[in-house]
Parts: sequence; structure tokens; C-alpha cells
Amino acid sequence: MAILLKCHKGIGPAVTGFALVAPDNFSARYDLDRLEGRFSRPTHKLYLQSFLDKILVLQTAKGGVASAWMLREMAARNKSPKAIIFDRANTILAQGAAFANLTMVDRFVDGDPTTLIRTGDELQVEPDAGLVTILNRDG
Amino acid sequence: MRLSDEEEAMLAGEVGAARQWAIKHQIAVGGFFDAPDFVRVGQAHVMADTESLGETGVAWLEDLAALPKDQRLVRIPTITDPRGIDLACYKRLKQTDAMADIEARAIVAFEALGVLMTNTCINYQTILPPVRGEHAAFGDTGVVIYANSVMGARSNFEGGPSALSAGFTGRTPRYGYHLDAHRIGTRHFVLHDQPRDLADWGALGGIVGRATNSYWHVPVISGVTSTPSSDELKHFGAALASFGSVALFHLVGVTPEAPTLAAAFYGCAIPKATAISADDFAAFYAGFAAPSEKVDVVVFAAPQLSLLELQHLAGLIAGRRIHPATSLIVATSPEIKFAADRMGLTRRIEDAGGIVAAGVCFYQMYAREMAQANGWQRLLTNSAKLVNIIGGYGYQPTLASMERCIDSAVAGRIL
Repeated sequence: MAILLKCHKGIGPAVTGFALVAPDNFSARYDLDRLEGRFSRPTHKLYLQSFLDKILVLQTAKGGVASAWMLREMAARNKSPKAIIFDRANTILAQGAAFANLTMVDRFVDGDPTTLIRTGDELQVEPDAGLVTILNRDG
Repeated sequence: MRLSDEEEAMLAGEVGAARQWAIKHQIAVGGFFDAPDFVRVGQAHVMADTESLGETGVAWLEDLAALPKDQRLVRIPTITDPRGIDLACYKRLKQTDAMADIEARAIVAFEALGVLMTNTCINYQTILPPVRGEHAAFGDTGVVIYANSVMGARSNFEGGPSALSAGFTGRTPRYGYHLDAHRIGTRHFVLHDQPRDLADWGALGGIVGRATNSYWHVPVISGVTSTPSSDELKHFGAALASFGSVALFHLVGVTPEAPTLAAAFYGCAIPKATAISADDFAAFYAGFAAPSEKVDVVVFAAPQLSLLELQHLAGLIAGRRIHPATSLIVATSPEIKFAADRMGLTRRIEDAGGIVAAGVCFYQMYAREMAQANGWQRLLTNSAKLVNIIGGYGYQPTLASMERCIDSAVAGRIL
């Protein structure tokens, strides 16, 4: 039986993919080498790791309104994560997800998703239902 | 979301494709944040540098600009954040013609939409400061936090597409800092040491931001013993927003919603205070320290400099000469640049070897490409916001006072 995690209704299409998790925050401008598709900020817990086609699981979003444009631009170049899961999104990342039609959810009933989900977990994210399913583990 | 007849008409496409796209986007965002309805806004401020936009974003703007005039014009005053290129000096910074070309395309598109190219992140000092209670759709986190906190205006962080949407519709979803419920203080910090200059105020913003670390928390700071200037609060707010994603603070005895400590918490229980001491400031600076290292580029930006900052900088640098292996870049708004030219401040800075750029901000200027083209790595600045951002672009940043930055620029190494 897979693990079901209930969250707030999100943005974007339902997707399935593999998780990349860190107890850290996110800004497309501050943290990413968007051309290479990897984390570039030396102090980020995912430094040098590729985010391409991953479902990122992070705590919150950092300042920097540029992410709202950058998510769409990254998606257009196929240099984007598949989805982003936050403990709590800020306005910019939600706006950026809406603009890019990128899957994004947050506000989980059971707590911080960076403690509930592990790197490598296979996830199904269903924004309309407000549901994330960990497919590879039993509840 | 509850929609008025006018909003339903926009959604149905009865007033054109731009307003239809805009309100659909706003409904998606409003739904995510459980907004009950829309609130009318007085101004919109759009962050849209071309590094962020990319070819995709510029082409998208050009599609909007190609709509019939009655469909494509914004309906409220809509202004722009700094651009990525100052066409007057981009070659001196080794930015490319390709960057200038895409910038020119973006400008043409924005002007076709009726957007005013103010190109500034200090619009609250130079263009049209909002008033207390005014709802706005501001981009640039530094603009939002200053407008919310110092002026008592009401805005969320609005990314470029959302701010432009507000320009088209004249409204924004009513959530977050448009609501009284979100403006109540939630964290309490008490100062046991006072900031002494702009870098210190930025450091304080970084310290409080790191500790707060949430868009949805409102830090309250007590213990300030003198009234800070607009520039000091500018650096404090910009760093607080950058390090902590914070959109509103209350400074007890200074900001309008915090005449007293109790008022900052709207009469709710006051949380236990976190003390900020001289040790906290020292540790913050130490995290970026690089004593005696060669300095490649000294930057004064983020936020753009006010006329008074430029006057102080010009006074420090006049009659001296920047080290030949060090670059010095200053970014300000077009209005302030014009005033600085007229008053001789630009000449004093450029005679010493600096560059005063207008309508840009350093981290929005293709910072990674500039670093590669110029061989820059060690960056020195008095902006705490900039040291937080620029590491992701491959720089090694150090924070120091304006005085130490200038002395180091002349010496060519960090003093």
C-alpha cells in the first residue's frame, strides 16, 4: 500500500517522477545554474546536483521575484524540474508555477514534506486533488 | 473566487486577449492562496530583466504587444524594475550586442503595452511613493517590503507576469499582505547593538531574515535607539526580503503599524524576544570575510543608490584612483543618474575610474556572463542583499562599509 500525503490544492498538471529532497529553500535566481540544470549556490544543500526532471522537495521559497519568469523560461528549454513540492510556497513561486504550468503543491497535513519524502522516492503528484503519493514505499 | 461582472467579462475574453490571460493567471494564483475575491490596486511594478525573461519571455511580451491597441494597454500606472543593460555603458562592462538587442526588443514591447520604463527598484524614493493603506502590485522584493513596512501600503511579492497581470486588470487577488490578518507581528527581535551604517543595516536585515525564513512571518524589531533614514531602511528591508523571503516588518516606534510594541502585534500575545548583539553582527560579516584578498570588482547596488548615497560615495572617492586591476560599478535609477550628472557626482566617480550605470542593478545584468568576460570572482560591496544573491552566479562576495569598499577598491585588495 503506497503512502498518501494530503496537501493543499496546487497548481499544474498531475505528474509522476523521482524526488530530490533537501531541508533547504529555493530561488531560481539565487540557487541555480539554469543553463546547466543544476544547483550552483555553494551553500545550498543540493549544490552541484542536477534538478532536471526531478520532483524537488524543499522547505520554502526565498526572496527574488525573478523565479516567476525563470520557471517558464527553463521549461521552454527543457531545463526544468518536473514539479516542486514545498512545505510552504511563497507568492513568487506559486505565480511562476501558474505562468509556466509547472506542477507545485504545498501545505501538507502531516507536516514538512522534506521529512516525509526521501530522495529517490517515486512520487505521483496530483495538484487538483491536493495529494502526493509515495509509490515505492508502504504506509 | 467571487468575480464581479467586470471580472467575468474579462474572463470571457470580452475585453481582449491580454486581460483574459491576465485574469486567468490571477485566478490560478488566487485559488492557490484561497483568495476570496480581487482588490483594486493603484500601481503595478514589473520585474522583467531580460536575463530572467530569456528569449521565451521576450517573445511572449512581443505577442502581447502585437494585439490591437485597445486590448494591449495597461489600465493602471505600470512601471518597471531595473533592466539588464544600460545601453550607454554596456560595452565597458563587456556585455554583448546580443544582450543589448534582446533588451531593446523588450523595451519596445513594454512601451507598446503602455508600461513606463522607470527601470528602478527605488520607485518609493523617486517615482510615486504609495500611501498608507494603498493596495499595490509591486515586483522586486525590496520595493514590496519597503512599501508595506515603511509606508503602510499593501502588496504581496508580485513576480513579473503577476504584476503585469495587475496592470492589465487593475486588480490583484486579495490574499497575503492585503489582509489585516497577515500583518500582525509573529516574531520578536530586540536590538542590543545598534547598526552604524548602511552595511550594518543590511547585515541586520540578513540576521533577522535568516532567523525568520518565511514569507508568512512578520518580524517585529524593538530596541532601536534612533530613527533610521530612508536609505538605512532600504538596505535593511532589501536584505530582510532577500535572506528571509520576508515581505513586511514592524520597527517599533518607527514604522506606521508599530507605534508601540503591543500595536505591532495588534494586541495579540508578544512572543519571547530573540536578542541581536554585537556578536551576531560580527558573525554575519565573518561569514563573508576575505581579508587581504585581491578584489576584482567593487559594487554599489542592490538596491540602486539614492542621490544622497551617490553624494557620499563621490565624496569618498574624489581625487583618488581605483586600482587598475579592480573595477568599480555603481547602479542607480535613470532619474537619480540625471541628477548626479547635473550635480557633478557622476564625474567625480568616473574620474576615479568607476562606472555609474543607470536603470540597472548588478545582479540583474547577466552577472555570470560579466564575471566570465571580465575575469571577476571576488566581489566587494556594502549591500547585504547582493552578497546573498551573487554567490549563485559564481562570485565570492564580501560585505563591508562603503568607506572600506572604497579604500579596498583603491588598494586593489580587501582592507
